[in-house]
Amino acid sequence: MRDDQVAAVEDAAIDGIDFDGFRLSPAGAEYHLLVGDGEPRSVADDELGVALSDHADYVTNWYYWHAVAPQKADRWAFLRWIEHAGDLDVERRYTAMGDGKFARNWGQLRITVTIDADGERRYGLRHVDDADQPDAALDSHDDPLDARTLTKYDDDSQYRPLKTAPSLQTGWQFTDLDGADLVSAVDFFYPATVTNWHRERNGDLDVSHWRETMERQTGIYGLIQTWDRGEGHEHVEWVAEACCDDSQCLKRREWQYDDETELDAPGGEGEFPCREPCSLVIAAARKWTKLESEESRTYEFELTPSEKEQIEAIVDAVADGRADEIRDADVYDGANRYRARFLRAKLFDEDGDLGGVETGE
Amino acid sequence: MQALVIAAHGSHLNAGSSQPTFDHADTIRAVGAFDEVRESFWKEEPTFREVLRTVDAEEVYVVPLFISEGYFTEQVIPRELRLEGWDPDDWDSDGTSATHTTLTATDTGQTVHYCGPVGTHDSMSDVIVRRAESVTGDPEVGQGFGLAVVGHGTERNENSAKAIEYHADRIRESGRFDEVQALFMDEDPEVDDVTDFFESEDIVVVPLFVADGFHTQEDIPEDMGLTDDYRTGWDTPADVDGHRIWYSGAVGTEPLMADVVLERAADAGADVDAAIDKVRSTTGGSPASGD
Repeated sequence: MRDDQVAAVEDAAIDGIDFDGFRLSPAGAEYHLLVGDGEPRSVADDELGVALSDHADYVTNWYYWHAVAPQKADRWAFLRWIEHAGDLDVERRYTAMGDGKFARNWGQLRITVTIDADGERRYGLRHVDDADQPDAALDSHDDPLDARTLTKYDDDSQYRPLKTAPSLQTGWQFTDLDGADLVSAVDFFYPATVTNWHRERNGDLDVSHWRETMERQTGIYGLIQTWDRGEGHEHVEWVAEACCDDSQCLKRREWQYDDETELDAPGGEGEFPCREPCSLVIAAARKWTKLESEESRTYEFELTPSEKEQIEAIVDAVADGRADEIRDADVYDGANRYRARFLRAKLFDEDGDLGGVETGE
Repeated sequence: MQALVIAAHGSHLNAGSSQPTFDHADTIRAVGAFDEVRESFWKEEPTFREVLRTVDAEEVYVVPLFISEGYFTEQVIPRELRLEGWDPDDWDSDGTSATHTTLTATDTGQTVHYCGPVGTHDSMSDVIVRRAESVTGDPEVGQGFGLAVVGHGTERNENSAKAIEYHADRIRESGRFDEVQALFMDEDPEVDDVTDFFESEDIVVVPLFVADGFHTQEDIPEDMGLTDDYRTGWDTPADVDGHRIWYSGAVGTEPLMADVVLERAADAGADVDAAIDKVRSTTGGSPASGD
């Protein structure tokens, strides 16, 4: 504990302090002091500094949250959440942080926090899958702006247009961030998740449901409104199942068809909410609006039972992002490349028509 | 506290689309002109819809990293930012003269100084010239050279062409180049026929686009005959019909673009004059013409 921290508490004590189990209130020429589960005591003005030195953790804790941590309400609340400030008292938090025991998961981010003798928190950030990796095995970063590059590509160097897709690359770490830089880095990895999480905790998350979001669209996306024809909302169930499942996006979908019609598709278990259909959903919905305007028709193909099942297996493998994982020689999997090539050789004609049946206009 | 939000298009498909936005934001961060600088995108995150809530400042300058006034600057960005009472007439623009207007965002209560797009700011002419200097490697380039300023052009939005013509006119009037011509991808005069419009043997071609992508790296080089197949690349300069074409790629990747972003914010009242001087010195720019 530093002298300037004590001095800051003494200054604030004039207006009274009641924070994290630390109560200090002026009463004439003395102060009433109550710390944690201890007994209340009175302290003379000129002995306050000495009395505070017995409670260094409470002094440095007050100082951190009022003079060091970012004061924007959502950033402050997020950093408090990281160290379980809503559930644990100062002593337990300080012990846990001193031992490096606290870790919180935020999507695929793993956030750790440590503390020094002056109550200064330092934060670590890495991929959850790298939780047990030794520091030396990971590339170290100290500038939060680096997160913008790390979040751009997955481990296979594919572009990630959706920041909250569960495909964050591994192999990196931020080892020594202050509170402001930690929140900044998190906001580059998962933009606006902290502020929307905070709004939700305060009961004022502004959810825009499917219908109002689509009605807001103009230009080439204005078309999507025509998909809602007052004939139910099954199509939106399919969209949510396709795009918003935890396997595709780590936000927890809070938007529904409209404010009276909930979707049955699971919204996910994510820590942070999704407050409206995102631009990827909107872009895909435009394509589906066009495709779904087609009338179905009857085609006649001959398939063996195994061929029908194989087509189902191929759709499943692509939909689950598993196609690349099927081993070359695993001909027991219907989505295996040789199996698919055999099916194409047998069933497609020279124009690529399945069963030689033309698609038609 | 004052914050800067740079509003750009972004892409679901092209990872490089956001890079110029990041680069210009970083240049501005480095000079400490704003308490916070945040990039925002139509197709990436943070979206226009959610960016304001991620910044702490009560006063936010929003500068669209777009080339012309039109659909995005007049409809999409104000709507998604939830700017209460927005009316394109507030800009009182002839299509290239929007400066700024001040409104309140309904979801956050922040005061938003909503600026005109970078592409129509006077200092954009300087960036185009700077781009010509960069691609030729000649800080004095001009004499004996023609300059083509190339835009997308679209018959749906007359302002798209106006922005290109505006800068072509300004640079022509400066007398620096022997000839200056505005050309377009989708309307006449077309960039395909670039050599028909110049007598000068050397022609610098600067596309007025924010980021390199499909148009600037595939369409335009092939349309001009720099290459038959963009994948095999092209020479700079490239010989086409007896002319030497110096093709620069998107003007938006020029570091001096950061200055235009700051000029927009300054015109809207941001206290960034010192920062503008610093950015001009770090990105190799000279004082804005007309200053």
